[in-house]
Amino acid sequence: MNEEEIMLRVDGEEHRLIVDTRTTLLDALRERLGNTSPKKGCDHGQCGACTVLLDGRRANSCLALAVAHDGAEIVTAEGLAENGDLHPMQRSFIEHDGYQCGYCTPGQIVSAVGMLDEVEAGWPSHVTGDVSAEEISLSDAEIRERMSGNLCRCGAYANIVPAIREAAEEKARR
Amino acid sequence: MKPYHYEQTRDIPGAVAALAEQPNAKYLAGGTNLVDLMKLEIMTPDVLVDVRRLPSDRIEETEDGGVRIGAAVTNSDLAADRTIRSRYPVLSQALLSGASGQLRNLATTGGNLLQRTRCVYFYDTTTPCNKREPGSGCSAIEGHNKDHAILGASEHCVATHPSDMAVAMTALEAFVNVHGPDGERRIPIEDLHRLPGDEPERDTTLEHGELITAVDLPPLDLAYNSKYRKVRERASYAFALVSVAAALDVEDGVVRDVRLALGGVAHKPWRATKAEEVLRGEPAGEENFRAAAEIELEDARPLRENAFKVPLARNVITRTLLELSEER
Repeated sequence: MNEEEIMLRVDGEEHRLIVDTRTTLLDALRERLGNTSPKKGCDHGQCGACTVLLDGRRANSCLALAVAHDGAEIVTAEGLAENGDLHPMQRSFIEHDGYQCGYCTPGQIVSAVGMLDEVEAGWPSHVTGDVSAEEISLSDAEIRERMSGNLCRCGAYANIVPAIREAAEEKARR
Repeated sequence: MKPYHYEQTRDIPGAVAALAEQPNAKYLAGGTNLVDLMKLEIMTPDVLVDVRRLPSDRIEETEDGGVRIGAAVTNSDLAADRTIRSRYPVLSQALLSGASGQLRNLATTGGNLLQRTRCVYFYDTTTPCNKREPGSGCSAIEGHNKDHAILGASEHCVATHPSDMAVAMTALEAFVNVHGPDGERRIPIEDLHRLPGDEPERDTTLEHGELITAVDLPPLDLAYNSKYRKVRERASYAFALVSVAAALDVEDGVVRDVRLALGGVAHKPWRATKAEEVLRGEPAGEENFRAAAEIELEDARPLRENAFKVPLARNVITRTLLELSEER
Protein backbone atom coordinates (compact mmCIF):
# COMPACT_ATOMS: atom_id res chain seq x y z
CA MET A 1 0.00 0.00 0.00
CA ASN A 2 2.44 2.72 1.10
CA GLU A 3 4.80 2.10 -1.76
CA GLU A 4 6.13 4.30 -4.53
CA GLU A 5 8.09 3.67 -7.69
CA ILE A 6 11.27 5.71 -7.88
CA MET A 7 14.34 6.06 -10.05
CA LEU A 8 17.83 6.50 -8.65
CA ARG A 9 21.03 6.99 -10.61
CA VAL A 10 23.71 5.35 -8.52
CA ASP A 11 27.37 5.56 -9.53
CA GLY A 12 26.29 6.27 -13.09
CA GLU A 13 23.78 3.45 -13.39
CA GLU A 14 20.04 3.97 -13.51
CA HIS A 15 17.80 1.87 -11.24
CA ARG A 16 14.03 1.73 -11.06
CA LEU A 17 12.56 0.26 -7.92
CA ILE A 18 9.42 0.14 -5.85
CA VAL A 19 10.09 1.13 -2.25
CA ASP A 20 8.13 1.24 0.99
CA THR A 21 7.77 4.97 1.72
CA ARG A 22 9.75 4.42 4.97
CA THR A 23 12.88 3.28 3.12
CA THR A 24 15.88 5.55 3.59
CA LEU A 25 18.34 6.12 0.76
CA LEU A 26 20.86 4.17 2.81
CA ASP A 27 18.61 1.10 3.02
CA ALA A 28 17.64 1.42 -0.65
CA LEU A 29 21.32 1.44 -1.62
CA ARG A 30 22.42 -1.36 0.68
CA GLU A 31 19.42 -3.67 0.90
CA ARG A 32 17.78 -3.16 -2.48
CA LEU A 33 20.64 -2.30 -4.83
CA GLY A 34 23.40 -4.28 -3.11
CA ASN A 35 25.72 -1.30 -2.83
CA THR A 36 27.24 -1.80 0.63
CA SER A 37 29.77 0.99 0.24
CA PRO A 38 27.78 3.50 2.37
CA LYS A 39 27.77 2.04 5.89
CA LYS A 40 25.10 1.98 8.56
CA GLY A 41 26.76 3.27 11.71
CA CYS A 42 24.36 5.10 14.01
CA ASP A 43 21.43 5.37 11.53
CA HIS A 44 20.59 8.73 13.17
CA GLY A 45 22.75 11.21 11.26
CA GLN A 46 25.38 11.42 13.95
CA CYS A 47 28.33 9.41 12.61
CA GLY A 48 28.59 10.13 8.88
CA ALA A 49 29.39 6.51 7.86
CA CYS A 50 26.45 6.61 5.41
CA THR A 51 27.66 9.74 3.59
CA VAL A 52 27.02 9.81 -0.17
CA LEU A 53 27.07 12.57 -2.76
CA LEU A 54 23.41 13.37 -3.35
CA ASP A 55 22.96 15.48 -6.46
CA GLY A 56 26.57 16.53 -6.09
CA ARG A 57 26.57 17.33 -2.38
CA ARG A 58 27.56 15.21 0.58
CA ALA A 59 24.61 14.09 2.66
CA ASN A 60 23.69 11.54 5.34
CA SER A 61 21.81 8.87 3.38
CA CYS A 62 20.34 7.44 6.62
CA LEU A 63 18.15 10.53 7.11
CA ALA A 64 17.10 10.97 3.47
CA LEU A 65 13.93 9.16 2.47
CA ALA A 66 14.27 7.38 -0.86
CA VAL A 67 10.83 8.55 -2.06
CA ALA A 68 11.79 12.16 -1.41
CA HIS A 69 14.81 11.81 -3.71
CA ASP A 70 13.18 10.22 -6.74
CA GLY A 71 15.39 10.96 -9.75
CA ALA A 72 18.46 11.75 -7.66
CA GLU A 73 22.04 11.30 -8.82
CA ILE A 74 23.98 9.46 -6.12
CA VAL A 75 27.71 8.79 -5.92
CA THR A 76 29.01 6.35 -3.32
CA ALA A 77 32.65 5.66 -2.44
CA GLU A 78 32.47 2.72 -4.84
CA GLY A 79 31.57 5.05 -7.71
CA LEU A 80 34.43 7.47 -7.10
CA ALA A 81 36.89 5.20 -8.89
CA GLU A 82 36.88 5.66 -12.64
CA ASN A 83 37.72 2.82 -15.03
CA GLY A 84 39.36 0.91 -12.20
CA ASP A 85 41.57 3.83 -11.17
CA LEU A 86 41.14 4.88 -7.59
CA HIS A 87 40.05 8.46 -6.91
CA PRO A 88 42.94 10.64 -5.64
CA MET A 89 41.20 10.81 -2.25
CA GLN A 90 41.06 7.02 -2.07
CA ARG A 91 44.75 6.74 -3.00
CA SER A 92 45.66 9.33 -0.41
CA PHE A 93 43.79 7.48 2.35
CA ILE A 94 45.75 4.31 1.44
CA GLU A 95 49.09 6.12 1.29
CA HIS A 96 48.55 7.82 4.65
CA ASP A 97 46.98 4.80 6.33
CA GLY A 98 43.88 6.93 7.06
CA TYR A 99 41.88 4.15 8.69
CA GLN A 100 42.10 1.23 11.05
CA CYS A 101 39.01 -0.99 10.94
CA GLY A 102 37.80 0.77 7.78
CA TYR A 103 34.12 0.94 8.66
CA CYS A 104 33.87 4.74 8.57
CA THR A 105 36.25 5.01 5.60
CA PRO A 106 33.83 5.10 2.63
CA GLY A 107 31.86 7.82 4.41
CA GLN A 108 35.05 9.71 5.29
CA ILE A 109 36.27 9.57 1.68
CA VAL A 110 32.97 10.66 0.10
CA SER A 111 32.60 13.39 2.70
CA ALA A 112 36.15 14.62 2.03
CA VAL A 113 35.49 14.73 -1.73
CA GLY A 114 32.28 16.72 -1.17
CA MET A 115 34.05 18.94 1.35
CA LEU A 116 36.80 19.91 -1.09
CA ASP A 117 34.16 20.96 -3.62
CA GLU A 118 32.61 23.17 -0.92
CA VAL A 119 36.01 24.76 -0.27
CA GLU A 120 36.49 25.30 -4.00
CA ALA A 121 33.09 27.02 -4.11
CA GLY A 122 34.36 29.39 -1.40
CA TRP A 123 32.09 28.20 1.41
CA PRO A 124 33.28 29.39 4.83
CA SER A 125 33.27 27.20 7.93
CA HIS A 126 32.89 27.68 11.68
CA VAL A 127 36.65 28.21 12.02
CA THR A 128 37.00 30.61 9.09
CA GLY A 129 38.08 33.86 10.73
CA ASP A 130 36.14 36.17 8.44
CA VAL A 131 33.05 34.59 6.89
CA SER A 132 32.94 37.28 4.23
CA ALA A 133 36.41 36.29 2.93
CA GLU A 134 36.50 35.52 -0.79
CA GLU A 135 38.92 32.60 -0.62
CA ILE A 136 39.31 29.79 1.88
CA SER A 137 42.72 28.58 2.96
CA LEU A 138 42.42 24.92 3.92
CA SER A 139 44.36 24.65 7.19
CA ASP A 140 44.28 21.48 9.30
CA ALA A 141 41.84 23.25 11.60
CA GLU A 142 39.57 23.83 8.60
CA ILE A 143 39.81 20.16 7.59
CA ARG A 144 38.97 19.00 11.12
CA GLU A 145 36.00 21.35 11.44
CA ARG A 146 34.62 20.54 8.00
CA MET A 147 34.98 16.79 8.63
CA SER A 148 33.43 16.86 12.10
CA GLY A 149 30.34 15.05 10.79
CA ASN A 150 32.40 11.91 10.20
CA LEU A 151 33.33 10.03 13.35
CA CYS A 152 36.08 7.39 13.54
CA ARG A 153 35.87 5.16 16.60
CA CYS A 154 39.39 3.84 15.95
CA GLY A 155 40.65 7.40 16.20
CA ALA A 156 42.49 7.38 12.88
CA TYR A 157 42.08 11.15 12.61
CA ALA A 158 45.84 11.69 12.92
CA ASN A 159 46.22 10.06 9.49
CA ILE A 160 42.87 11.10 8.00
CA VAL A 161 43.76 14.80 8.19
CA PRO A 162 47.09 14.44 6.30
CA ALA A 163 45.37 12.17 3.74
CA ILE A 164 42.78 14.83 3.02
CA ARG A 165 45.40 17.57 3.05
CA GLU A 166 47.45 15.82 0.38
CA ALA A 167 44.41 15.10 -1.78
CA ALA A 168 43.45 18.76 -1.47
CA GLU A 169 46.92 19.85 -2.57
CA GLU A 170 46.73 17.46 -5.52
CA LYS A 171 43.30 18.81 -6.47
CA ALA A 172 44.67 22.38 -6.31
CA ARG A 173 47.51 21.42 -8.69
CA ARG A 174 45.15 19.88 -11.27
CA MET B 1 8.87 3.34 11.88
CA LYS B 2 5.09 3.47 11.57
CA PRO B 3 3.75 3.24 8.02
CA TYR B 4 2.69 6.50 6.40
CA HIS B 5 1.44 7.83 3.12
CA TYR B 6 3.83 10.10 1.20
CA GLU B 7 2.65 13.01 -0.93
CA GLN B 8 4.48 15.53 -3.03
CA THR B 9 2.95 18.73 -4.29
CA ARG B 10 4.31 21.30 -6.69
CA ASP B 11 2.77 24.45 -5.22
CA ILE B 12 2.21 25.98 -1.81
CA PRO B 13 -1.63 26.01 -1.81
CA GLY B 14 -1.59 22.35 -2.82
CA ALA B 15 0.72 21.47 0.06
CA VAL B 16 -1.38 23.41 2.58
CA ALA B 17 -4.60 21.79 1.32
CA ALA B 18 -3.05 18.30 1.40
CA LEU B 19 -1.93 18.74 4.99
CA ALA B 20 -4.87 20.67 6.41
CA GLU B 21 -7.37 17.90 5.75
CA GLN B 22 -5.27 15.28 7.58
CA PRO B 23 -5.16 15.77 11.36
CA ASN B 24 -2.06 13.62 11.76
CA ALA B 25 -0.07 14.84 8.77
CA LYS B 26 3.32 16.59 8.82
CA TYR B 27 5.34 18.59 6.35
CA LEU B 28 8.65 17.01 5.34
CA ALA B 29 11.56 19.15 4.17
CA GLY B 30 15.20 18.05 4.63
CA GLY B 31 14.10 15.37 7.08
CA THR B 32 17.23 15.60 9.22
CA ASN B 33 15.21 15.86 12.43
CA LEU B 34 11.77 14.54 11.46
CA VAL B 35 12.99 11.28 9.90
CA ASP B 36 15.06 10.60 13.00
CA LEU B 37 12.08 11.29 15.27
CA MET B 38 9.95 8.97 13.12
CA LYS B 39 12.51 6.19 13.36
CA LEU B 40 12.33 6.49 17.14
CA GLU B 41 8.52 6.69 16.93
CA ILE B 42 8.51 9.94 18.88
CA MET B 43 6.61 11.42 15.94
CA THR B 44 4.23 9.10 14.11
CA PRO B 45 2.49 10.96 11.28
CA ASP B 46 0.06 9.08 9.00
CA VAL B 47 0.87 11.35 6.07
CA LEU B 48 4.00 13.21 4.99
CA VAL B 49 3.59 16.13 2.63
CA ASP B 50 6.96 16.79 1.03
CA VAL B 51 7.62 20.52 0.63
CA ARG B 52 11.34 20.36 -0.18
CA ARG B 53 10.82 20.85 -3.90
CA LEU B 54 8.37 23.71 -3.64
CA PRO B 55 9.51 26.86 -5.43
CA SER B 56 10.74 28.55 -2.25
CA ASP B 57 14.44 27.90 -2.66
CA ARG B 58 15.77 31.37 -3.41
CA ILE B 59 17.53 34.13 -1.47
CA GLU B 60 16.40 37.50 -2.82
CA GLU B 61 16.89 41.13 -1.92
CA THR B 62 13.59 42.80 -1.02
CA GLU B 63 12.34 46.25 -1.99
CA ASP B 64 12.91 47.62 1.51
CA GLY B 65 16.59 46.71 1.30
CA GLY B 66 16.28 43.51 3.31
CA VAL B 67 16.60 39.89 2.25
CA ARG B 68 13.96 37.21 1.74
CA ILE B 69 15.08 33.63 2.39
CA GLY B 70 12.90 30.88 0.90
CA ALA B 71 11.91 28.18 3.39
CA ALA B 72 13.48 25.45 1.25
CA VAL B 73 16.90 27.14 1.07
CA THR B 74 19.37 24.73 2.64
CA ASN B 75 21.41 25.70 5.68
CA SER B 76 24.55 25.33 3.53
CA ASP B 77 23.36 27.66 0.81
CA LEU B 78 22.21 30.25 3.31
CA ALA B 79 25.49 30.16 5.25
CA ALA B 80 27.50 30.48 2.01
CA ASP B 81 25.41 33.25 0.49
CA ARG B 82 27.58 36.31 -0.22
CA THR B 83 24.95 38.85 0.83
CA ILE B 84 24.32 37.07 4.14
CA ARG B 85 28.05 36.70 4.81
CA SER B 86 28.77 40.38 4.36
CA ARG B 87 25.57 42.02 5.63
CA TYR B 88 24.42 39.56 8.30
CA PRO B 89 27.58 37.66 9.34
CA VAL B 90 25.92 36.59 12.62
CA LEU B 91 23.49 34.45 10.62
CA SER B 92 26.16 32.80 8.54
CA GLN B 93 28.23 32.10 11.66
CA ALA B 94 25.24 30.68 13.53
CA LEU B 95 24.44 28.28 10.69
CA LEU B 96 28.07 27.18 10.40
CA SER B 97 28.24 26.44 14.12
CA GLY B 98 25.32 24.02 13.85
CA ALA B 99 25.22 20.34 12.83
CA SER B 100 27.72 19.02 10.25
CA GLY B 101 28.50 19.70 6.60
CA GLN B 102 26.41 16.73 5.45
CA LEU B 103 23.42 17.73 7.59
CA ARG B 104 23.53 21.38 6.54
CA ASN B 105 23.34 20.23 2.91
CA LEU B 106 19.98 18.56 3.61
CA ALA B 107 18.49 20.77 6.32
CA THR B 108 16.30 23.70 5.25
CA THR B 109 15.51 27.13 6.66
CA GLY B 110 11.90 26.24 7.50
CA GLY B 111 12.86 22.88 8.96
CA ASN B 112 15.62 24.39 11.08
CA LEU B 113 13.05 26.70 12.72
CA LEU B 114 10.70 23.80 13.42
CA GLN B 115 13.21 21.26 14.73
CA ARG B 116 12.33 19.73 18.08
CA THR B 117 14.24 19.95 21.34
CA ARG B 118 17.16 17.58 21.94
CA CYS B 119 16.17 17.05 25.62
CA VAL B 120 17.30 13.50 26.39
CA TYR B 121 13.97 12.66 28.03
CA PHE B 122 12.02 13.83 24.98
CA TYR B 123 14.08 11.29 23.02
CA ASP B 124 13.81 8.50 25.60
CA THR B 125 10.35 6.99 25.09
CA THR B 126 10.67 4.93 28.30
CA THR B 127 10.54 8.08 30.47
CA PRO B 128 7.77 10.62 31.14
CA CYS B 129 7.91 13.82 29.06
CA ASN B 130 5.17 16.44 28.86
CA LYS B 131 6.33 17.57 25.46
CA ARG B 132 6.19 14.08 23.95
CA GLU B 133 3.22 12.85 25.97
CA PRO B 134 1.23 15.71 27.53
CA GLY B 135 0.40 15.16 31.19
CA SER B 136 2.97 12.40 31.74
CA GLY B 137 5.34 14.62 33.73
CA CYS B 138 8.79 16.13 33.25
CA SER B 139 11.75 13.85 33.90
CA ALA B 140 14.32 16.60 33.46
CA ILE B 141 13.27 18.88 36.32
CA GLU B 142 14.61 16.42 38.90
CA GLY B 143 16.79 14.47 36.49
CA HIS B 144 19.82 15.20 34.35
CA ASN B 145 19.32 18.84 33.42
CA LYS B 146 22.76 20.18 32.60
CA ASP B 147 21.60 21.08 29.07
CA HIS B 148 18.28 22.58 30.09
CA ALA B 149 16.68 25.99 30.40
CA ILE B 150 17.54 28.69 32.92
CA LEU B 151 15.08 31.29 31.62
CA GLY B 152 11.34 31.16 30.94
CA ALA B 153 10.83 27.50 31.85
CA SER B 154 7.77 26.12 33.63
CA GLU B 155 7.00 23.34 36.10
CA HIS B 156 5.91 21.29 33.07
CA CYS B 157 8.98 21.61 30.84
CA VAL B 158 12.57 22.84 31.04
CA ALA B 159 13.63 21.93 27.49
CA THR B 160 15.64 24.29 25.30
CA HIS B 161 15.23 25.14 21.63
CA PRO B 162 18.21 23.67 19.76
CA SER B 163 18.50 25.98 16.74
CA ASP B 164 21.49 28.28 16.28
CA MET B 165 20.04 29.86 13.13
CA ALA B 166 16.88 30.98 14.95
CA VAL B 167 18.95 32.75 17.63
CA ALA B 168 20.68 34.85 14.97
CA MET B 169 17.36 35.53 13.24
CA THR B 170 15.90 36.66 16.57
CA ALA B 171 18.69 39.18 17.04
CA LEU B 172 18.03 40.37 13.47
CA GLU B 173 14.26 40.77 14.15
CA ALA B 174 13.34 38.52 11.25
CA PHE B 175 9.78 37.90 10.10
CA VAL B 176 8.45 34.45 9.32
CA ASN B 177 6.03 34.20 6.38
CA VAL B 178 3.40 31.54 6.74
CA HIS B 179 0.71 30.15 4.42
CA GLY B 180 -2.20 28.41 6.07
CA PRO B 181 -5.72 27.16 5.37
CA ASP B 182 -7.01 30.67 6.23
CA GLY B 183 -4.49 32.57 4.13
CA GLU B 184 -1.11 34.16 4.71
CA ARG B 185 0.41 35.89 7.72
CA ARG B 186 3.74 37.37 8.70
CA ILE B 187 4.96 36.61 12.21
CA PRO B 188 7.79 38.41 14.05
CA ILE B 189 10.20 35.55 14.80
CA GLU B 190 9.96 36.29 18.50
CA ASP B 191 6.29 35.27 18.32
CA LEU B 192 6.95 32.04 16.40
CA HIS B 193 8.39 29.95 19.22
CA ARG B 194 6.69 29.84 22.61
CA LEU B 195 7.63 29.40 26.22
CA PRO B 196 6.43 26.03 27.54
CA GLY B 197 3.84 27.19 30.12
CA ASP B 198 1.31 24.41 30.61
CA GLU B 199 1.38 23.34 26.95
CA PRO B 200 4.99 22.24 26.34
CA GLU B 201 3.80 19.97 23.52
CA ARG B 202 3.38 23.14 21.46
CA ASP B 203 6.78 24.39 20.32
CA THR B 204 5.39 27.20 18.18
CA THR B 205 2.32 29.36 17.66
CA LEU B 206 1.65 27.82 14.23
CA GLU B 207 -1.74 26.21 13.66
CA HIS B 208 -2.20 22.85 11.98
CA GLY B 209 -1.69 23.22 8.24
CA GLU B 210 0.36 26.40 8.41
CA LEU B 211 3.49 26.20 6.29
CA ILE B 212 6.54 28.42 6.62
CA THR B 213 7.31 29.73 3.13
CA ALA B 214 10.03 32.33 3.75
CA VAL B 215 11.96 34.31 6.35
CA ASP B 216 12.46 38.04 5.85
CA LEU B 217 15.50 39.82 7.23
CA PRO B 218 14.83 43.56 7.52
CA PRO B 219 17.61 45.93 6.47
CA LEU B 220 19.83 46.46 9.51
CA ASP B 221 23.04 48.43 9.26
CA LEU B 222 24.38 47.37 12.63
CA ALA B 223 24.23 43.74 11.48
CA TYR B 224 27.42 44.39 9.47
CA ASN B 225 29.06 44.39 12.90
CA SER B 226 27.52 41.22 14.28
CA LYS B 227 28.75 37.96 15.68
CA TYR B 228 27.61 34.53 16.86
CA ARG B 229 29.47 32.84 19.67
CA LYS B 230 28.60 29.32 20.75
CA VAL B 231 29.89 27.41 23.76
CA ARG B 232 29.55 23.63 23.66
CA GLU B 233 31.19 20.55 25.14
CA ARG B 234 33.33 19.79 22.11
CA ALA B 235 34.92 21.91 19.41
CA SER B 236 32.40 21.05 16.70
CA TYR B 237 29.17 19.23 15.93
CA ALA B 238 27.36 19.67 19.25
CA PHE B 239 24.40 21.65 20.51
CA ALA B 240 24.96 24.84 22.47
CA LEU B 241 25.27 24.99 26.23
CA VAL B 242 24.99 28.74 25.74
CA SER B 243 25.19 30.80 22.59
CA VAL B 244 24.98 34.52 21.87
CA ALA B 245 23.98 36.40 18.74
CA ALA B 246 24.91 40.05 18.95
CA ALA B 247 25.02 43.14 16.75
CA LEU B 248 26.48 46.39 17.99
CA ASP B 249 26.73 49.98 16.81
CA VAL B 250 29.14 52.12 18.80
CA GLU B 251 29.82 55.78 18.01
CA ASP B 252 32.32 57.91 19.93
CA GLY B 253 32.49 55.23 22.58
CA VAL B 254 28.72 55.20 23.15
CA VAL B 255 26.35 52.35 22.33
CA ARG B 256 23.97 53.72 19.70
CA ASP B 257 22.15 50.47 19.17
CA VAL B 258 22.51 46.82 20.13
CA ARG B 259 20.80 43.51 19.44
CA LEU B 260 21.27 40.52 21.68
CA ALA B 261 19.75 37.04 21.66
CA LEU B 262 20.69 33.89 23.57
CA GLY B 263 20.53 30.22 22.63
CA GLY B 264 20.65 27.12 24.82
CA VAL B 265 18.99 28.87 27.75
CA ALA B 266 15.23 28.71 27.06
CA HIS B 267 12.37 26.99 25.25
CA LYS B 268 12.78 29.60 22.53
CA PRO B 269 15.56 31.84 21.25
CA TRP B 270 15.86 34.39 24.08
CA ARG B 271 15.89 38.03 23.03
CA ALA B 272 17.81 39.88 25.74
CA THR B 273 15.71 43.05 25.63
CA LYS B 274 16.52 44.08 29.22
CA ALA B 275 20.24 44.08 28.49
CA GLU B 276 19.67 45.92 25.22
CA GLU B 277 17.63 48.65 26.92
CA VAL B 278 20.18 49.42 29.61
CA LEU B 279 23.01 49.53 27.08
CA ARG B 280 21.53 52.01 24.59
CA GLY B 281 23.11 55.44 25.10
CA GLU B 282 25.65 54.15 27.61
CA PRO B 283 29.44 54.04 27.17
CA ALA B 284 30.64 50.83 25.51
CA GLY B 285 32.96 48.85 27.74
CA GLU B 286 33.46 45.66 29.67
CA GLU B 287 31.91 46.93 32.88
CA ASN B 288 28.68 48.08 31.24
CA PHE B 289 28.44 44.97 29.09
CA ARG B 290 28.77 42.74 32.15
CA ALA B 291 26.26 44.80 34.13
CA ALA B 292 23.75 44.56 31.28
CA ALA B 293 24.22 40.80 31.06
CA GLU B 294 23.66 40.50 34.80
CA ILE B 295 20.43 42.47 34.57
CA GLU B 296 19.17 40.13 31.84
CA LEU B 297 20.13 37.09 33.90
CA GLU B 298 18.49 38.28 37.12
CA ASP B 299 15.45 36.26 36.04
CA ALA B 300 17.47 33.05 35.63
CA ARG B 301 16.18 30.06 37.62
CA PRO B 302 18.85 27.40 37.22
CA LEU B 303 18.23 23.72 37.89
CA ARG B 304 20.41 21.34 39.90
CA GLU B 305 22.98 20.72 37.15
CA ASN B 306 22.96 23.91 35.10
CA ALA B 307 23.75 26.79 37.45
CA PHE B 308 27.00 27.14 35.48
CA LYS B 309 24.97 28.53 32.57
CA VAL B 310 24.33 31.79 34.41
CA PRO B 311 27.97 32.96 34.71
CA LEU B 312 28.71 31.32 31.36
CA ALA B 313 25.99 33.35 29.63
CA ARG B 314 27.16 36.51 31.41
CA ASN B 315 30.74 35.97 30.29
CA VAL B 316 29.84 35.06 26.71
CA ILE B 317 27.63 38.13 26.36
CA THR B 318 30.34 40.38 27.82
CA ARG B 319 33.10 38.94 25.67
CA THR B 320 31.07 39.02 22.45
CA LEU B 321 30.02 42.65 22.91
CA LEU B 322 33.56 43.59 23.85
CA GLU B 323 34.90 42.03 20.65
CA LEU B 324 32.27 43.80 18.56
CA SER B 325 33.06 47.14 20.19
CA GLU B 326 36.80 46.70 19.59
CA GLU B 327 36.53 45.55 16.00
CA ARG B 328 34.56 48.53 14.85
